[in-house]
Amino acid sequence: MTLSPRDLVVGPDQWPESDETMIVNLGPQHPSTHGVLRVVLELEGETVLRAKPVIGYLHTGMEKTGEQLTYVQGSTNVTRMDYAAPLFNELAFSMAVERLLDLEVPPRATWTRMMMCELNRVASHLLFLATNGMDLGAISMMLYGWRERELVLAFFEKVTGLRMNHNYIRPGGVAVDLPPGWEQDVEEICEAVPRGVAEYDELLTENPIWLERTVGIGVITTEQALSLGASGPILRSTGMPWDLRKSQPYLAYEQVDFDVIYTENGDTFDRYRIRLHEIGESLKIVRQCLEKMPEGDYRIQDRKVTPPPRARIDESMEALIHHFKIFTEGFKVPPGETYVAVENPRGELGCYLVSDGSGRPYRMHIRGASFYNLQTLSTMVQGGLVADGIAIISSIDPIMGDVDR
Amino acid sequence: MHKDDVAEALVDHVKGAVAAASHGQTVVHIPRDAWGEAVRFLKEEQQFTQCSDITAVDQLLRPDRPVPAGVERERFEIVANLLSHPRNRRIRLMSQVPDGDGCEIQSLFEIFPGTELPEREIYDLFGVRFAGHPDLVRLLMPDDWEGHPLRKDDAPARVPVQFKEAQRPR
Repeated sequence: MTLSPRDLVVGPDQWPESDETMIVNLGPQHPSTHGVLRVVLELEGETVLRAKPVIGYLHTGMEKTGEQLTYVQGSTNVTRMDYAAPLFNELAFSMAVERLLDLEVPPRATWTRMMMCELNRVASHLLFLATNGMDLGAISMMLYGWRERELVLAFFEKVTGLRMNHNYIRPGGVAVDLPPGWEQDVEEICEAVPRGVAEYDELLTENPIWLERTVGIGVITTEQALSLGASGPILRSTGMPWDLRKSQPYLAYEQVDFDVIYTENGDTFDRYRIRLHEIGESLKIVRQCLEKMPEGDYRIQDRKVTPPPRARIDESMEALIHHFKIFTEGFKVPPGETYVAVENPRGELGCYLVSDGSGRPYRMHIRGASFYNLQTLSTMVQGGLVADGIAIISSIDPIMGDVDR
Repeated sequence: MHKDDVAEALVDHVKGAVAAASHGQTVVHIPRDAWGEAVRFLKEEQQFTQCSDITAVDQLLRPDRPVPAGVERERFEIVANLLSHPRNRRIRLMSQVPDGDGCEIQSLFEIFPGTELPEREIYDLFGVRFAGHPDLVRLLMPDDWEGHPLRKDDAPARVPVQFKEAQRPR
């Protein structure tokens, strides 16, 4: 696949010469741009001739911040990148640190991570359904999506203390064990969410207006998606059954049974359909976690990375010092570099970590799935209508915190 | 030395390439002038279908870092993670880029158009230029920003919050 540089440059020397076309800014304050995405469109009437995303409005220098924080603090930083799926960021970062340290986390930590991540995927996809519905004029969908997502977020609050930006998955395991009675809450989620999803399915999937707005809109081929760096539902909608959970399993995904959802058409409708059905697959994994959740430690008992239990601090001076050291100095990680990739709701989320042997990362880079996926926008929008552009932006599901970092 | 057929093929094809391994992952150090050729070879002959990530590291504070024999240390390291979907494997390429006027490397845009934004990001945050990139302008920082924030000699909070149009002492 080749792109013409003309598709990418919108400087003054590339402005149209005739009066037939015009350059229009969409965003960064437009409600359908999911935060602060700005798209420069060249229009001929209602038709989009070219589109270029302009980003950076949410850039907060998190990769630089990551170099100032210790490995213990690192997960509080990365969790704020993709704020709709914060646990995956923590997971990628923690797995990278653990690989540099050569640690293996206990089974209960692995399964807890997997269950929490899958619930997070459910919450993130529900958020997508809600905003996707709203962007296309199905306002009621917004409220419905929020309703089911609330259940998951309430459970997250119970487990981690926060509804988002949890800092729950940390190098060495998870922050706390699952609270008593968690099985019941998870069972309730597993009951309620599919009920809601069945409703949305009925509400949207065969709705003629919905089909009119989404089928055949923003088509992308496998070849285009691959060369533009797309992953996740965008890639899977083009007929490529690629899911890192299946193809390069991490955590305990090898031990659970689930299917990779993929479709053939690569349009906006397919991207909607894939996410709708992925909720079901994620809940399938959650149910298996519920059954198979092993007993044992929720974090590694390696004194180097794990603070002592709370009770020990009251009776032992050494434990207090140890606790203090871990939370001020942190722990040292041997020199090296590694790249760890996990499948987050938007695609491949990677963490490239370089250590120089000190207590802080020398370089911490996050490969944001939204960042790469956003590049498909120009290709998908070209030749369509402005209104379709809104549907397409929505179907890419970009989280600007992840795009700008 | 780590055994890997792709790395071996690449070392055979590209003069001066050095294969290594890091925590079970294949890493190949590529001489800077063969950067584009190495990626093209992997895409066309070895079925590497996607450039899943490209980034840079400023090694200013680590002039003595360990590198495999035959690799000349420079200030910047460009790191590209390539992914082959049909073969289900990854490879990481690295190239050393010096500071100063020659702070430049070939753009991968012609081979993988998906490197357009990431290369601009590297240019913006590190100041490494990409030859052949269609639109190498700042991506995340404001257009009139001075300096490259992810460089190790660009300390955080060195510059107070900058607003466009505002008068500021330099």
